[in-house]
Amino acid sequence: MLSLKLAWRNLVGAGLRTWLNVIVLAFVLFMMIWHYGLLDGWNQQANKDMQAWEVGNGQYWHQNYDPYDFFTLEESHAKIPEALNKATTDGIITPVLITQGSVYPDGRIQSMLLKGINPDQKVVAIPGTDLNTESEEIPVVIGRRMAKNCKLQEGDITTIRWRDVNGTFDAAEVKVVKVFNCNVPSVDAGQMYIHIKKVQEMMQAPDEATMFIIGEDFEMNETVSGWEYKDFDFLMTEMNEMMKMKKVGGSFMYVILMLLAMLAIFDTQVLSIFRRQKEIGTYIAMGMTRRQVVSLFTVEGAMHAILAVIFIAIFGTPLLIWLMSVGMSMPAGSDDMGIAIAETIYPVYGAGLIIGTSLLVFIITLIVSYLPARKISKMKPTDAIKGKIQ
Amino acid sequence: MEQNSIVTISGLIKRFPIGKGHFTALNGIDLTFSKGQFAGVVGPSGSGKTTLLNIIGSLDNPTEGKANVLGQEIGNLSTKKAALLRRKHLGFIFQTYNLLPVYTVFENVEFPLLLLNMSGSERKKAVMDSLDWVGIADKVKSRPAQLSGGECQRVAIARAMVKKPELVLADEPTANLDSENSHHILQTMENLNKDLQTTFIFATHDDKVIKYLKRKILLEDGKVTADDIITN
Ligand SMILES: Nc1ncnc2c1ncn2[C@@H]1O[C@H](COP(=O)(O)OP(=O)(O)O)[C@@H](O)[C@H]1O
Ligand SMILES: [Mg+2]
Repeated sequence: MLSLKLAWRNLVGAGLRTWLNVIVLAFVLFMMIWHYGLLDGWNQQANKDMQAWEVGNGQYWHQNYDPYDFFTLEESHAKIPEALNKATTDGIITPVLITQGSVYPDGRIQSMLLKGINPDQKVVAIPGTDLNTESEEIPVVIGRRMAKNCKLQEGDITTIRWRDVNGTFDAAEVKVVKVFNCNVPSVDAGQMYIHIKKVQEMMQAPDEATMFIIGEDFEMNETVSGWEYKDFDFLMTEMNEMMKMKKVGGSFMYVILMLLAMLAIFDTQVLSIFRRQKEIGTYIAMGMTRRQVVSLFTVEGAMHAILAVIFIAIFGTPLLIWLMSVGMSMPAGSDDMGIAIAETIYPVYGAGLIIGTSLLVFIITLIVSYLPARKISKMKPTDAIKGKIQ
Repeated sequence: MEQNSIVTISGLIKRFPIGKGHFTALNGIDLTFSKGQFAGVVGPSGSGKTTLLNIIGSLDNPTEGKANVLGQEIGNLSTKKAALLRRKHLGFIFQTYNLLPVYTVFENVEFPLLLLNMSGSERKKAVMDSLDWVGIADKVKSRPAQLSGGECQRVAIARAMVKKPELVLADEPTANLDSENSHHILQTMENLNKDLQTTFIFATHDDKVIKYLKRKILLEDGKVTADDIITN
């Protein structure tokens, strides 16, 4: 195409200003790809971790169970239903019995959730085997956050309290047999894991469960009365919403960066159309139609974006690949945000992300280049040739 | 219309709006140019020479009257049709050369051929021929900033001639040149006029140019006051 060839000649001829614009644009584009890739990587990792530690392949909830309302926990458990019995014994699904309790580290009171799990379960990654430890006190397993919060270490002994079915308080000594490390705050903070049999005893609720976590290879077509099936996507809704919000939040920064880059290109376009009137007049005198001249200047502006993409392809790709392999270590304390986050996040730069972002930047640049170029078609060629339009 | 006339102007009036009124730059022009003429519109500054050339070059429209160029009525042409007329049949030479600064000499001369979608090899040959005519073939790779004024104007002539147009319009082509360069350029154009039968119309008040003209049209205050064929 003629205007591509001419635009390339003009742009390269314009020298420094072109390259400045290209570098600014490439920077914005790179930051966008880098950041969204990081979020995508985080999202994937969080999904993986949440599946492994908490969500499994879905869950069955007792019909009264509401994870946001601790006060209904007492009415939210029932006998393991017939329909789930075999899967439970086979270990394809695993029951969890939840009740409210409190722990007294250093004499302070701290409420928490007591979760009864099967020590031999393989459905989620919570290490339960240590719950089989023989000990005078009740063996419990807690996560790193809980341990830090209650200043507990492996081997420590502390007191817990809970209410039984009759509503009377009861207390016992527990021994921390294991502190596990996990990226998912919602299976760690404010929670204590105990042998499910023990919790059933404590609550006087033998063979009961609050919910089941479903492992792989589980198939169930009939509904289980009194229990609600929650699929993986439902259980991930909150997490996905949060990630979406983070993306939108980050976008504001890029809108501003893009605005700056577009301002630079707009300015360059306006200036170049003003300074190059004589050239425009000459193009018209030599028989270019006004439309051709407008498209020449538009292509010239939009070529900044093409060059920026090429620039990134050459210099950015190795950097992105490197970032993908070493990952990005997250600052300590970032897991207080409540979202599952690993110490190191490995960004994911998919083709969709890169092509989509590049296309977006290109289209915006094209529009910004076109707006000032439109003015050319209103110029009088006789004035343009002399370069005397104000 | 005469047998081989390529420009026919009759009753041409051009007014420019100024404030609430207007200024009459051309006030009833009747002129005919035949193929192969080497003619000049001569007159003091402000007499309307550029305005006349702009209308012949389809860069501007008459206010009244007619200007027929190569069979096309200028006042009735769409901007696109006018662009096509210029692209195919007209060449322009300006006082300020108007070369494209970021292009090399070769690329500048090549430009009109790109618009005509000529193939690469054809373009190369035509550009080199044209640069030979004006005697500047050794500067193909230079850029306008590296050339003298005389060299720039020679490149501009090569650019106007490269597509072998029927008509070349040259507005004060020597105004920025010293006498040696002016003569050289005029000789070049005179030769091209003879060899290629290209019609030239100048606008000038430079005696060095006037000496070369074969037809001298005197323009004063927007009116033709004399029109002489010079024979010698
Ligand atoms: N676009 C315009 N608007 C108003 N007046 C103009 C315009 N172009 C030319 N003129 C006036 O028309 C007259 C003739 O101009 P021009 O054709 O450029 O003269 P010349 O080329 O002989 O010096 C001048 O007085 C000039 O001021
Ligand atoms: Mg003039």
